[in-house]
Amino acid sequence: MNPIQPLTDLQCGQTARVGKLTLQGSMRRRLQDIGLIEGTKVECVQKSPSGDPVAYLIRGAVIALRAEDSAGVLVFCG
Amino acid sequence: MDEGLVIRRQSSQDQVVALAGNPNVGKSTVFNGLTGMNQHTGNWPGKTVSNAQGRCEHNGRGFVMVDIPGSYSLMAHSAEEEVARDFICFGDPDAVVVVCDATCLERNLNLVLQTIEITPRTVVCVNLMDEAEKKKIRVDIDELSRQLGVPVTGACARSGKGLDALMDAVDEITQKKDALADPVRVLYAPAVEEAVKTLEPSLRECCGNALNPRWLALRLLEGEDDLIRSAQQYLDEDVLDRPDVQELLRKARKQLEEAGFDEQALRDEMVSGLVRQAERICIHAVHSDGHGYSSRDRKIDRILTSKATGFPIMIALLASIFWLTIAGANIPSQWLSTGLFWVEGRLAAFFGWIGVPQFLCDMLVHGAYRTLAWVVSVMLPPMAIFFPLFTLLEDLGYLPRVAFNLDRYFKKCSACGKQGLTMCMGLGCNAAGIVGCRIIDSPRERLIAMLTNNFMPCNGRFPTLIAILTMFFVGTGSGLGQSMGSALLLTAVILLGVFMTFLVSWMLSKTVLKGIPSSFTLELPPYRRPQIGKVIIRSIFDRTMFVLGRAAAVAAPAGLLIWLMANLTIGDATALTHCAAFLDPFARQLGMDGVILLAFILGLPANEIVVPIIIMAYLSTGSLVEMESLSMLRQLLTENGWTGATAVSVMLFSLMHWPCSTTCLTIHKETQSIKWTAMAFLVPTVAGIAVCFLFHQLLQLFG
Repeated sequence: MNPIQPLTDLQCGQTARVGKLTLQGSMRRRLQDIGLIEGTKVECVQKSPSGDPVAYLIRGAVIALRAEDSAGVLVFCG
Repeated sequence: MDEGLVIRRQSSQDQVVALAGNPNVGKSTVFNGLTGMNQHTGNWPGKTVSNAQGRCEHNGRGFVMVDIPGSYSLMAHSAEEEVARDFICFGDPDAVVVVCDATCLERNLNLVLQTIEITPRTVVCVNLMDEAEKKKIRVDIDELSRQLGVPVTGACARSGKGLDALMDAVDEITQKKDALADPVRVLYAPAVEEAVKTLEPSLRECCGNALNPRWLALRLLEGEDDLIRSAQQYLDEDVLDRPDVQELLRKARKQLEEAGFDEQALRDEMVSGLVRQAERICIHAVHSDGHGYSSRDRKIDRILTSKATGFPIMIALLASIFWLTIAGANIPSQWLSTGLFWVEGRLAAFFGWIGVPQFLCDMLVHGAYRTLAWVVSVMLPPMAIFFPLFTLLEDLGYLPRVAFNLDRYFKKCSACGKQGLTMCMGLGCNAAGIVGCRIIDSPRERLIAMLTNNFMPCNGRFPTLIAILTMFFVGTGSGLGQSMGSALLLTAVILLGVFMTFLVSWMLSKTVLKGIPSSFTLELPPYRRPQIGKVIIRSIFDRTMFVLGRAAAVAAPAGLLIWLMANLTIGDATALTHCAAFLDPFARQLGMDGVILLAFILGLPANEIVVPIIIMAYLSTGSLVEMESLSMLRQLLTENGWTGATAVSVMLFSLMHWPCSTTCLTIHKETQSIKWTAMAFLVPTVAGIAVCFLFHQLLQLFG
């Protein structure tokens, strides 16, 4: 299995599976509500002009996340 | 709780239907399609969350549709979600319709499953079937209905398809009183199910049919305190405090802990259970041959939000909207003004003919009517062009991309990227921008957005800015070059407003509104082809007429007042001259004169009337000549001592001064606080005074 890494490291076009959420509180819940749980497939689709936030494809919807939030989502690449 | 929410039934037979759904699924299209013009909008009692109700009839029965706020979940963490949850749980709707987006059904099922956990009287409306088809996603409606155990209908609400079928299903489900099919049950980990089993029987015994005992058991285990309080109030007795229930709850919690479910793990499991179930259902009911997203959308996004082109395109779009507005408004403005001033002549003649005293006639015609005519002819054409264009961008889905592009800079100011959206709305009307701030979840960030919204010049300030720019910096010729020059300079003024927004947001977040930026999720919805006809109608009626009506309502009385001030002589000069003279020394420090500052003060009800007041004041000795052309106006201004520097100062002050009275009232309504309303008044005012003062002093030093 590939090593676990933060979602932030994903490059545009790369796909990964969520391994673990280290976020706490309301952000954890918010991401879970949009379907981001262990095993969910995530694709990095678009970076904003300044590189942060980044838009991810999560269960058919495109959601933009800030780097400090996506750093709390650990994923397996590939 | 929904206490105080008045359901507008027309007869006691009317059925109440809650309309729920994720954001961006076309819920309001469904709502509008069903209820048409038969709507009533307001706020949820005690909340700054909008509420809309509408009535429709189907098969001879009446239905009151209650549009509840769009949310991803009923596990409340925002005011919207709390309202949505409380209405479904405790508002006693006869049915709940959950509108879903066929293109990302799996995520939408989260809300569907949560709703079904609460009430079996749920109807699912899968909207945007046409878009799903384009993305090669096929939703098997019958299979979905079998899997969920509740009625499911497909729809393309934009073209009105499927709404009849939806109402048929709603009609049917509200006719059945008891015999409802058993809907799907979300299954959680065995340990959680065991704990639920421990609690459920005694809950069933004490709350009967009022609340679903399984759902209540889950919430008790989860320990959602505010929800439990609401439930207690709803059940009207402290059943949950009963010792036997408490005892069982302790026992169930202990079981869970032994199985390794601490609070966090339990909450995770509650969410995961829902997501897993949604996944399982979609395997059967959704067939996709494509990527699951539109490659066209990604291509557009790569252009609109990339490093190289994102910002240039944003600025170019802004400039071209202004150019279209300025270039397109010129000629109709002239027509309107010629027409309205022709009417003025007839009106004066008519008043003379019926024997109205000259003084009264002058006051009404040259005071009230003339100001009104000015405001209408100057404002109506730009608004009638700007608002539809802007609504078009909104409908296309471009505005969330603006927030996406700008978020980084807002984060640096410890603010929220969605503030970019409220700024866009402020360009139309600051009061609308203030209401728009509701989309920002964090109260601190919402306040920052409200206090700085006025740095975006609204439509009422455009005419002033455009007129001054054209007169003093572009030249009063005509043609393409002139309108483009004005548009570019106006864009520059707006960019200065954007810069001030960032600067002041940053200052606020370092001082009175200290805090770290909260977390942020922003959905970038698919691009949608706007419905041009509807855009025009909606923007003309909802926005243009509203703003114009408000401006006209204050313009006429303000015109009257100013005419009086300009014609009532106290001692050796008019009241207007006295006031202007009083303000003059201070205004000079800001690079303006007393008349200009007085015009801004009198323009508090509506910024549109600032220029007419200046003209009236300068001309107060004679009678107002018709300002047919900008070159005549320019001559008048230069005769009264205006220079290029004065023009810049006036524009700076127009960009940065107190919000208009409507905006102030809106801020008070939204914040419920005198203190923050005062802050919203002071922040742009102080900024404007400071900037104008500095500008003037620098000119003195170097000029």
